[in-house]
Amino acid sequence: MPTNRFIEVKAFCISHNIEVSFISSLHETGLIEIHFDHESAFFDTEQLQQVEKFIRFHYELDINIEGIECINHLLQRTVALQDEIASLRNRLNLYE
Amino acid sequence: MTFVDYYKVLGIDKTATAKDIKAAYRKLARKFHPDLNPNDKDAKTNFQQINEANEVLSDPEKRKKYDQYGSDWQHAEEFEKQQQYREQSSNAWGQRNQGPQSEGDFSDFFESMFGGASGAGRGRQVKYRGEDFNAELHLEFLDACKTHKQTLTVNGKSIRITIPAGIENGQTIKIAGHGGAGINGGPNGNLFITFSIANHPVFKRLGFDLYATVGLDLFTAVLGGEITIDTLDGKVKLKVAAETQNGTKIKLKGKGVPVYKSEGEFGDLFITYVIKIPTNLTPKQKELFTELSKS
Repeated sequence: MPTNRFIEVKAFCISHNIEVSFISSLHETGLIEIHFDHESAFFDTEQLQQVEKFIRFHYELDINIEGIECINHLLQRTVALQDEIASLRNRLNLYE
Repeated sequence: MTFVDYYKVLGIDKTATAKDIKAAYRKLARKFHPDLNPNDKDAKTNFQQINEANEVLSDPEKRKKYDQYGSDWQHAEEFEKQQQYREQSSNAWGQRNQGPQSEGDFSDFFESMFGGASGAGRGRQVKYRGEDFNAELHLEFLDACKTHKQTLTVNGKSIRITIPAGIENGQTIKIAGHGGAGINGGPNGNLFITFSIANHPVFKRLGFDLYATVGLDLFTAVLGGEITIDTLDGKVKLKVAAETQNGTKIKLKGKGVPVYKSEGEFGDLFITYVIKIPTNLTPKQKELFTELSKS
């Protein structure tokens, strides 16, 4: 496993001062993907931004895992709708 | 900085308890948190105000000062600091170890006032990724059709970016690491640039295709001929078939907008003919048309 592409969960939790169980819960609910190698858990650096966002939801806003799941789903829909609106606005230009 | 009524920001009254403040902050933070409101500038501004209000009102000392001095509370802080500094400086020879209070307290306080949540309230020494910056860049229609470089100034820093040809109106690109500086050694945030592309007087764009209407005189439409039209890369001669109908649409392959990040690929240009009926006919022309109508 290329170490520069993956972040070890344990080290990440220590540096962020959060419980490993929180990251495990994110993995169990399918919000992030974790890879195991020699009994150590890692996640891809591409997921870092998402993981940090989930940490903020949980530790700053007191939102539990179920809530994070809902929010994540709704945010994805919001972004898709925003993209659709932008595309429709551009299409509308044709008729203006 | 204009006075902000932090109680009003949090929707509480001056008798609110610490529990009320915390509850009000949580409720509003959940509503306006930037993570929950992507690309919403108003939510971001609201969140910063809520954070500011919480920073002040959740700290008993800051709250006391805020309540005491009201709109002048910042000057009061400065005044008190200066007074404290003057008093201590006058005794400095005998009390070196007790020198003025750490200036860090003051600037940290200001930072928390202006820079949003410090996260210190959670008691965690956390590495935070810096804040993401959002910017809007206005481009002329033709500039968006060619790859070019632009220098932007973001928070006092100049960065030179390459804008690939074919970028669309409303499209956002990410410039990694050009957002706010990380906290406690965390990585820098990202810069998100959303493009606002001006309309073109002739061409309408949809995806990578272009649409335009071209006026065709009646005689060319009836008898056929050749016309010259404008495209993105210069003028093009077109053969017009005889008996071309009004509203006829033709496609010029590859004369549209370059496909974003696909070198050598282009959209198409669709031309719609609008036949112009002649006006101010001479008696002779009218006679000819009458003759024509009878044939």
